[in-house]
Amino acid sequence: MAMKPELMKRMVKGPDGLEFEVEPLRDYYCEAPPTVMPAAYIKIVEDLFNWARAESIWILGFGTGCGAIEMRPLMTPRFDAYRYGVQWRPTPRQANLFIISGYLSTKTLKRAIRAYEQMQNPKYVIGLGSCTINGGMYWDSYNTIKRLDDYLPVDLYIAGCMPRPEALLSGFMDLKKLIRAGKGEGANKYVENFDWYKANQKRVIHDWDMPDYNW
Amino acid sequence: MNLFAPDRSQYPAKKADGTNDIDLTSGKYLKLWQGPNHPGITGNMSVELTVCGDEVVEGKTHVGYLHRGFEKLMERRTFIQVFPIVCRVCVPEPDFNEYCYAAAVEDLAGIQVPERADWIRALILEMGRINSYMMYLGGQAGSLGQGVIGQWTTYARDLMLDRFEELTGARIYHMFILPGGVRDGLPDGFDARMEETLKEVERTLKDVWDVMFCNAVFKKRTVGLGVIDPSWLEDYGVTGPNARAAGVAKDVRKDQPYLIYDQLDFEPPIGHNSDIYTRADVRRRDVQVSVDLIRQMLAKMPRTGPVMATIPNVLHWKIPRGETYIRGECSRGEYGYYLVTDGSGYPRRINVRGPSYTHAMALLERMIVNINISDVAALMVSLHTYPPEIER
Amino acid sequence: MTTLTIMRELHTRLKALFPVGELTEQRPALGFVTVPKEHLRTTLMHLRVKEGFTHLVLLTAVDWLEEGQFQLTYLLSNRPLAIDLGLRVMLPRDAATMESIHDVWPTAATYQRELREMFGIDFPGSPRLHEEFILEGWKDIPPYRRDFDTLKYANESYSQRPGRETHDPATHMKQQLYPNGR
Repeated sequence: MAMKPELMKRMVKGPDGLEFEVEPLRDYYCEAPPTVMPAAYIKIVEDLFNWARAESIWILGFGTGCGAIEMRPLMTPRFDAYRYGVQWRPTPRQANLFIISGYLSTKTLKRAIRAYEQMQNPKYVIGLGSCTINGGMYWDSYNTIKRLDDYLPVDLYIAGCMPRPEALLSGFMDLKKLIRAGKGEGANKYVENFDWYKANQKRVIHDWDMPDYNW
Repeated sequence: MNLFAPDRSQYPAKKADGTNDIDLTSGKYLKLWQGPNHPGITGNMSVELTVCGDEVVEGKTHVGYLHRGFEKLMERRTFIQVFPIVCRVCVPEPDFNEYCYAAAVEDLAGIQVPERADWIRALILEMGRINSYMMYLGGQAGSLGQGVIGQWTTYARDLMLDRFEELTGARIYHMFILPGGVRDGLPDGFDARMEETLKEVERTLKDVWDVMFCNAVFKKRTVGLGVIDPSWLEDYGVTGPNARAAGVAKDVRKDQPYLIYDQLDFEPPIGHNSDIYTRADVRRRDVQVSVDLIRQMLAKMPRTGPVMATIPNVLHWKIPRGETYIRGECSRGEYGYYLVTDGSGYPRRINVRGPSYTHAMALLERMIVNINISDVAALMVSLHTYPPEIER
Repeated sequence: MTTLTIMRELHTRLKALFPVGELTEQRPALGFVTVPKEHLRTTLMHLRVKEGFTHLVLLTAVDWLEEGQFQLTYLLSNRPLAIDLGLRVMLPRDAATMESIHDVWPTAATYQRELREMFGIDFPGSPRLHEEFILEGWKDIPPYRRDFDTLKYANESYSQRPGRETHDPATHMKQQLYPNGR
């Protein structure tokens, strides 16, 4: 497939007459390949870090499927996830938890991967709903992925179609326990198996126009 | 010197076929993607904006982020197996899918639904309408920076979800209206608790009126912006509150009464200015209409009698060849199911006609030209589109 | 005058002007007629301008694989009279091309884009027809065609989590209800 014209590398003349080069596919902030983030050198320091991480779960506000509709009540006083240090952030760079809220069509998968790779370490992924586990209702659909953990490292699944807000809160609690125990290693797993994840992703995303890290 | 006079020389010329001649390399224009995730739009949809300065010269809607291929999946399922997946087509207001599908199957199979089931169906549809509008009001205020409205309306919506849970057992996907009738009657004491909820919804509406609609900033940013010309209504298939805000009383509940709407006394609200403010106001008043309708229904509803008609064995249910279309007035406009059967146990084709299909594509692309980038969010929300029903 | 007589009179008037087929009365307020492909546009214009069918409710296709035909359905609505009329157009399946009506109803362009992508029906002249609408990077045959097997495609493209059981509902229920076989 031919590359879209707005994605091509080109010279652009600014309104003030200055010419400069634009290369949309080059990700200016993700030049280096992702690396494994080692634990702190003393266990007590790492425990302190993990405690801090567990108490400030900031969620990327990217609702990828139907599950996102149960996130809204969590932000209101009735369920009030904020009391657990959970809050929603508008950009990937401020968030450390990505909730895949339901089925991912291949078109959204591409955006989800992009968003996930922009998030800062340490980062965690929760798969919400049965459709992230085995396809759920959409087990025979030609456009949704069936197993989320083939494409992104999932730390925790919350089952249900759709899970109630209480289930989500309980899921956050479980994630906290995982992080406190030092088991929230999804981001490192992603780096260690980078080629495997990329191969899986490329198998389903046919229109691949993302940075490849093939330096 | 007028600092803010737009420099028309910056604007794109038209090509011979009427499209804009946009030369990205000239540096005059910038491609800006709004979406796929976008606060206010319930679901994922992106708008590819070409901007000149801070003014939009061209907008293209991109959908497909939520495509699950429902219409294909439905062809592979028997008539009763389709029933649990139809509600997933539209998340915030799933009941219209259930109703339209059930009514289409009943129409082709010649099933007469008991009267009590019709009343309960209408009750559920009106409850869903309040939910959907509550979500909209929060989104519309949120798109202009008023976060608190969303907190209040989500609270009122949660109360209504509790009534849903009591009635159907589920918060979001109710799966209550199935071909032949409904699953059950109303539980004991439902009326009293519903009345409390309705009072709370009315109280929230009053607060929303005070804080959102009387707010000088909200008025200043929405009055006169995003006008739908009444002459576009037919060209673009505009229905529902978007059409009613333009002064055309399009409402399926009145035009072609379905269920028991001909026995109820109501008047769909109408606006005349057709801007974002009027559309929001029409929807706010429509919530009040729904509240009144629920009160009327609970007063007039028959309390005894069957809620399910006799239907054939669902495992061997075959429907003769035929085609039909069933419509209902959902909170966004005309919602419809086009069902074709071929005499086998599976539907031949089901097409979902969501109102967002026309509103978010052709209409939005037409309206988005020459408005400021900061108003795009408010405009998108004001059309009240749910992307899942565009792409299914 | 009842809705049914209005519908029948409308059909008589249409029949005098165009070679339309018989009227299928699904409900008093909903009828379907078959229109030859080349007369569709004039019929639509006539219905919109003269008969008050100003609202294009939907435009969709049905794949009759066994008969080798696509059926296009143009559903029009007349709001003052509260009646709907569906126009059926049959197209050969192997060379499915249809005249675009985006200049009559601009919103039809969206429907035609979807039909182009999902059924592979061509509408020459319709705006943005060849841009991707819903799918991205799709290489297989158009997915809404009957000969496209979505389960096979899903199994080939996506890895399934082991342990999922699928039953045919009729045989499964029979086994559950009569385990000894009756």
